[in-house]
Amino acid sequence: MAHLAVRQLTLSHFRSHKRAVIETDGRPIAIYGPNGAGKTNILEAISMLSPGRGLRRAKTAELARVPETVGWKVSAILESLGHTHELETSFTGDGSRTVLIDGKAAPQIALGRLARVVWLVPVMDRLWVEGADGRRRFLDRLAMSFEPSHGEQTLVYERSMRERNRMLKDGITDPSWYGAVESQMADAGAMIAQNRLQTIARISAAQAIATTSFPAASLTLVNADNSEIIETADQLRDAFADGRRRDMQAGRTLVGPHRDDLNAIYATKDVPAAQCSTGEQKALLVSLILSNARALAQDFGAAPIILLDEVGAHLDADRRAALYDEICALGAQAWMTGTGAELFDSLGNRAKYLMVDDGATSAIHPIP
Amino acid sequence: MNSNNKDIDILIQLMAKLPGLGPRSARRAVLHLIKKRDILLSPLADSLFTVAQTARECVTCGNIGTMDQCDVCADPRRAIGQICVVEDVSDLWAMERAAVFKGRYHVLGGVLSALDGVGPEELRIPNLVSRVGDENITEVILALNATVDGQTTAHYIADQLEDMGVSVTSLAQGVPIGGELDYLDDGTITAALNARKAV
Ligand SMILES: Nc1ncnc2c1ncn2[C@@H]1O[C@H](COP(=O)(O)OP(=O)(O)OP(=O)(O)O)[C@@H](O)[C@H]1O
Ligand SMILES: [Mg+2]
Ligand SMILES: [Zn+2]
Repeated sequence: MAHLAVRQLTLSHFRSHKRAVIETDGRPIAIYGPNGAGKTNILEAISMLSPGRGLRRAKTAELARVPETVGWKVSAILESLGHTHELETSFTGDGSRTVLIDGKAAPQIALGRLARVVWLVPVMDRLWVEGADGRRRFLDRLAMSFEPSHGEQTLVYERSMRERNRMLKDGITDPSWYGAVESQMADAGAMIAQNRLQTIARISAAQAIATTSFPAASLTLVNADNSEIIETADQLRDAFADGRRRDMQAGRTLVGPHRDDLNAIYATKDVPAAQCSTGEQKALLVSLILSNARALAQDFGAAPIILLDEVGAHLDADRRAALYDEICALGAQAWMTGTGAELFDSLGNRAKYLMVDDGATSAIHPIP
Repeated sequence: MNSNNKDIDILIQLMAKLPGLGPRSARRAVLHLIKKRDILLSPLADSLFTVAQTARECVTCGNIGTMDQCDVCADPRRAIGQICVVEDVSDLWAMERAAVFKGRYHVLGGVLSALDGVGPEELRIPNLVSRVGDENITEVILALNATVDGQTTAHYIADQLEDMGVSVTSLAQGVPIGGELDYLDDGTITAALNARKAV
């Protein structure tokens, strides 16, 4: 039985879903149906129960069902460590999405304290070979599951860095003004770096003691310029101050945690993730998600809600079976999609099944 | 067309520009005023006229009053060596409503934001620095919002005042991120003031 789980999910005018209510029990949820039926849209809706732009990083207005475009709403009954919360997030056509927690207006960031959600989606299949952005975002999502304030720190850092970048572009030279902005960047940036390092440490520790069919990764936080990761606020403050002249030439900030990257090596083979086979790369990602879940189950008392979009792709039948076994053993509420029911054969009756139909509006059929 | 009458329409349109009012509520307000011509509309008109003639910014602190110096700056009992720095006049009025702060104020008229084109020159920061020198100030209390820009401004001011022998403190962070002083209740403001800490 999952300790952190969506008990009931209601989508209203969310992408292809006009209105849908999904009831869950303690089991993971396996969703199948043809291409374009609306499976990923369900996972995306759940991802909106956490802070940020969700698993497609879509613009808020894009989520509103066409042709109506009357806005959208996702609500959920969330069970977290024995407490039940009502979460609701919606968009009415202008501004940003709003959040209600137990009927009270709350900042979006507050969702992170309740709904710890992590995900793997097909675009992440290329995570290890593409730019650092994706890896940083992935790591930050894991970090936020351990430490919800990581989201706040990220907002503060990004906002103050945008300020600094504008000052650099505008040719402002007032050292006191830079100092004020950089001080906030440094405080938030040091927290960000520490959270990331701690996340890596926790995941590595969880990997070390787990019995799993998934490959362990040696993880390190590296810097874009292969320089040292700056961990303290004072060092960051100095680095920003020292870099003003150079940054002014570049028109942007060239040091700081926004330049960090997650490096992974397939441990048993000692091969960098980017040079592994497609299936191995996917297995590494799954491995990290599972280790994150194990560590969180220890620290927080519950595994996160795990969204796995087409996770079966690139995994052979044995790996798939192993994944299902490990998810069930963790007691995590995983929401998994696949085009055919056969992808979930080895899961048997350990999951709740939903069949999604295409049509004028996506229709969801619970399978008894 | 709101009322079929040109003069009344003008009034409705002006009222609809007030914060918190839209065309619908402006129509209702105007109708109400006209019905209460003697006890509401005429006194309101007189009062608007008076304030339009006399309202101005206090030359010292930036508060809004009807004299060159606002009531707080004109009151010698408030010269206790403390200046509370706020972003906006509405924040000053919120502090006054809470009635806990006994010193004087300084209204910045905004916060530093390069993205919005607001630099130190656009704010009343140079005046603050000269007031600290001129008025025997011992403590400057920063009551700025807990937004990124509010905190940048707090850091900046603390830096400007660093060598002036004055202690710079900040309201305790009971003020939520993005939370505005104007919206806090009196008790929260009092608690935040009492628990202020050095910057
Ligand atoms: N704002 C929107 N309004 C209406 N329909 C939308 C909106 N956004 C996306 N869709 C539609 O939703 C449909 C289902 O998308 P979704 O990605 O959930 O499918 P899926 O079941 O995951 O398919 P696949 O197996 O191909 O991944 C698509 O056909 C898409 O055109
Ligand atoms: Mg899909
Ligand atoms: Zn004054």
